[in-house]
Amino acid sequence: MARAVTTQHKTIATVAAWIVALLIFFPILYTIITSFKSEQEAIQGFALIPSGTFESYSEVQAQSGYFKFFLNSVILSVGSTILALIIAIPAAWSMAFSPTKRTKDILMWMLSTKMMPAVAVLFPIYLIFRDTGLLDSRVGLMVMLMLINLPIVVWMLYTYFREIPGEILEAARMDGASLWNEIVYVLTPMAVPGIASTMLLNIILAWNEAFWTIRLTTTEAAPLTAFISSFSSPQGLFWAKLSAASTLAIAPILIMGWFSQKQLVRGLTFGAVK
Amino acid sequence: MKLRTLTLGLLSASALAFAAHAESITIATVNNGDMVRMQKLTDDFTKKNPDIQLNWVTLEENVLRERVTTDIATKGGQYDVMTIGTYEVPIWAKQSWLLPLDKLGDDYDTKDIIPAIAGGLSVDGKLYAAPFYGESSFVMYRKDLMEKAGLTMPDAPTWDFIKQAADKMTDRANGVNGVCLRGKAGWGENMAFLTAMSNSFGARWFDENWKPQFDQPEWKNTLQFYVDLMKADGPEGASSNGFNENLALFQQGKCGMWIDATVAASFVSDPKNSTVADKVGYALAPDNGLGKRGNWLWAWSLAIPAGTQKAEAAEKFVSWATSKGYLDLVAAKEGWANVPPGTRTSLYNNAEYQKAAPFAKMTLDSINAADPTHPTVKPVPYVGVQFVAIPEFQGLGTTVGQLFSAALAGQSSVDDALKQAQDAATAAMTEGGYIK
Repeated sequence: MARAVTTQHKTIATVAAWIVALLIFFPILYTIITSFKSEQEAIQGFALIPSGTFESYSEVQAQSGYFKFFLNSVILSVGSTILALIIAIPAAWSMAFSPTKRTKDILMWMLSTKMMPAVAVLFPIYLIFRDTGLLDSRVGLMVMLMLINLPIVVWMLYTYFREIPGEILEAARMDGASLWNEIVYVLTPMAVPGIASTMLLNIILAWNEAFWTIRLTTTEAAPLTAFISSFSSPQGLFWAKLSAASTLAIAPILIMGWFSQKQLVRGLTFGAVK
Repeated sequence: MKLRTLTLGLLSASALAFAAHAESITIATVNNGDMVRMQKLTDDFTKKNPDIQLNWVTLEENVLRERVTTDIATKGGQYDVMTIGTYEVPIWAKQSWLLPLDKLGDDYDTKDIIPAIAGGLSVDGKLYAAPFYGESSFVMYRKDLMEKAGLTMPDAPTWDFIKQAADKMTDRANGVNGVCLRGKAGWGENMAFLTAMSNSFGARWFDENWKPQFDQPEWKNTLQFYVDLMKADGPEGASSNGFNENLALFQQGKCGMWIDATVAASFVSDPKNSTVADKVGYALAPDNGLGKRGNWLWAWSLAIPAGTQKAEAAEKFVSWATSKGYLDLVAAKEGWANVPPGTRTSLYNNAEYQKAAPFAKMTLDSINAADPTHPTVKPVPYVGVQFVAIPEFQGLGTTVGQLFSAALAGQSSVDDALKQAQDAATAAMTEGGYIK
């Protein structure tokens, strides 16, 4: 017999959820608040009400133009996501619907590449980029970001695809659908929520990737991670400026996440309840 | 019509030829006030050199260090000018990674560079980096609290005086700590301070045969004094405090004394950001009467990597940014107080600068009191005041920094920290082939 959920339980759960959400979101909120303070206010200690100055934003924009970095972030995160999906959809399809003895091993191996610290391969990757002329190029970085996130994309898509009954694909085959048509016209539309959430998550991961994007770029391909990094100062307290730079960098992805949260949650919980 | 087309064609061709001729150089730098100011003033350079375009890459200090090291070691060629410090210059110059700066121009006046700074940036008498701003360390103290304590800060205090003053100035009830010192682990954080301090206690990292010296009484005296002083008179959680954390504490009036970089003087005396701006006095870093003071020497400098294809343009820029003319330019646009300090002797003879920067004389005296080639009381086989200019030092210095930070936090004893430091240094030196 299912346990009855009382109003009291619901209230406690809601309050607990709000507290956890606030705790998680608080650092971001405080960064946004600090960005509207003057430098002097920022170092004076904890205060939730800023004076509301836009001084830091104008200084940040004057010091290093935001839009070039923003454009690079968009191109790199969207580009690498599209590349990753082009490779991951067929890969996940084959593993979900035509598994072999080794499928699980391949999946584990793919995931294991995420366990290696990035810095361990910094020099080989740097040399490859140097020799192929890809240093500070958007194409090179797009491929790099795609490779970094590919294991996660394949894993997520594999999990979604496995939820789709194989019989539907068989029926399509019986009706004479080719492999291409099967993937494009039958599988993909059914997996749209899964693909969409994978895409959104991958864009977020690529947007926030700070190790390679800072180390493989200089001026032309540098995204917003490099923009934030340029405001961190070893000598001097520029917390308001740093907060303004951080707010500008996270704002687009925060807004995108807000508008697509339904899709994101739906995708992430896809298959959780049967 | 034909004539117009021809003229337009010729104009386009010449524009293209000019564009093809224009060189762009990429400069890697850190984000601090002086560097940001330089970026704002580059119009002056591009006006004088219309055929050179400047691209800036500003990075956090540790990321910058890692990036330029990777680039220079792999000959990546991403940068034409690099901002590096006195630690890197001797190591990189010996590896032939940097170009010697011998074409800085007739009016550059290399002899005007403060000798201690020039010495730290030269190898075999050749200058491999031009100093953009230089710094030492000194004591910044609250004149009002010192007076309240009934003491007078000498120009050249001893460590015993610092301890005495810190004890008297500490007023926990009012949130005043007698002294604020670096405790955050890192070769450029607590180890910069502690290595410089140890010099004044007669300690050294290595003897002439590269044998680590943490098992010697001088290091025990240094670390014990530091830990005891900080426990009695330092701020809470001092093991997490670096330059910026102590700056915030001092500016908020929570430190009686702060021994740190001379460049901090312009921050603590700035009434816009400091609540104690009009109450700050300056003194040389303390000593123990052994002939060496506990101050360091550092210069953020501009160097040209050997792999650049644009050496001539790069050297023109380095010459402009570190010239006397640049100091005059900053003074004209932003005032004398904002001129990058610690590089040229002539600046310290300038009456206007002395008036605008009350800490000028003490800064120069502090810089002159540091000798990177003879940093310690006993002889050493290395160069560097607050570091040892060998490639292994970044890793080893941070490891030892973590051990000493743990001793400050009370997680280990001074004796244990020193023993572990000795073991770590011996292992690193043996592995590096210094100890046969």
